[in-house]
Amino acid sequence: MSTNMAKSNQYDNEDTVKQKTLQYAARLGDDSLILGHRLSEWTSNGPFLEEDIAMGNVALDYVGRARMFYTYAAELAGNGKTEDDFAYLRDERQFQNYLLLELPRGDFAFTIVRQLFVDVYNDYFLTELKNSNDPEIAAIATKSHKETRYHLRRTRDWTLRLGIGTDESKAKMTKALNDIWGYTHELFEPDALEIELIELGVAVDPRLFKEKWLHDVQTIIHEAELEMPDADWAVRGGRNGFHTEHLSMLLTVMQSVHRAHPGASW
Amino acid sequence: MDIIPTISNALHEKIVRRNSSEFTNIWNILDVVCDPEIPVLSIWDIGILQDIEFKDGKYQIIITPTYSGCPAVDAIKEDTAAELTKNGITNFEVKTRLSPAWTTDCMTVEGNNKLREYGIAPPVDVPNGCALHVTPTENVLCPHCRSKNTQIISEFGSTACKALFKCDDCFEPFDFFKCI
Repeated sequence: MSTNMAKSNQYDNEDTVKQKTLQYAARLGDDSLILGHRLSEWTSNGPFLEEDIAMGNVALDYVGRARMFYTYAAELAGNGKTEDDFAYLRDERQFQNYLLLELPRGDFAFTIVRQLFVDVYNDYFLTELKNSNDPEIAAIATKSHKETRYHLRRTRDWTLRLGIGTDESKAKMTKALNDIWGYTHELFEPDALEIELIELGVAVDPRLFKEKWLHDVQTIIHEAELEMPDADWAVRGGRNGFHTEHLSMLLTVMQSVHRAHPGASW
Repeated sequence: MDIIPTISNALHEKIVRRNSSEFTNIWNILDVVCDPEIPVLSIWDIGILQDIEFKDGKYQIIITPTYSGCPAVDAIKEDTAAELTKNGITNFEVKTRLSPAWTTDCMTVEGNNKLREYGIAPPVDVPNGCALHVTPTENVLCPHCRSKNTQIISEFGSTACKALFKCDDCFEPFDFFKCI
């Protein structure tokens, strides 16, 4: 016990913060990459050409965001690893993205409802993250927030269109809202690592904007003549590396080329 | 054209940075490096080329991506390196810097004009200017017939930086370089 304490005292506090910031950056990279991959699965499957292109563009924004976060995490690691090591050479349990983001793309209504929850969340989250006292994280947030504002506009439009649209589109939106709702809770539950980084001014405390998020989401859902889901259930675990079975299958597809041809470039 | 191109703060600062730089020759060499997706725009015009510094015996070419996932960044880095090498400069590094974040305000007046001539509506051709950094859904000036009777078809176009519009007077579809 006492040897352990002595050992831990040897660590420079700065190094500990660096390690934790690294993990935080990697988590934010995971969130972006997994959602970006799911969105990219719409490429050539969109309901019409323009929408296909739009989905591809949003996916690209997320993959780009992942690259920035991973590049920063790799820089903090300082062991010669790159963004690719984070994306392609880690296994399921090492990914710490929220479960909401790894769920299969589902039908178009499912994708739009997930984007609605995520875009409203990111609008608040990134606004706060711009004030991180880690300058690189703040810079990534500033860049990403511009894109998120734009995503949100399109997602809102689609929510209205599908909610007010036909009986079928309304039924699909209602099902998606009920199917997804229980996955939103963990977005507002920082774990020990995040709480520590919140206190240090590096991370964002999502509990502070949960009410605002709920209000905005509710407003858009009611505008779309849809009902808020009333079921009270929650699934959590992403930040601890506990995932749904869907993530392993996503990673198998996403990492296959890199694992089959290590170090290949073109 | 009934729009007088006033200069944004971001563009003003960018011009001051270039004019007060001691590496005029490097800036000039890089004027021929263009965006591979929109070949009429140089990386100076579009605002990707942020600064040129000199550190540890090397020129640091600082570029900033337009959009997070912009796939053109890698090509731009390669083209920049190739152009410098061609001009006999070998002591350089091309670096990406995210802050200050790129905005359409960084686009030069010449850049906006070149885009319009190329058939892409530039970000300044919107009813109230681009100052709010919001892409409008209608009344973007048509780059073909100059009508304001236009509307959005899709929020996203062929690249991350563009949205798709159509003109209700000349009936031509056109790309609009989004305001961000």
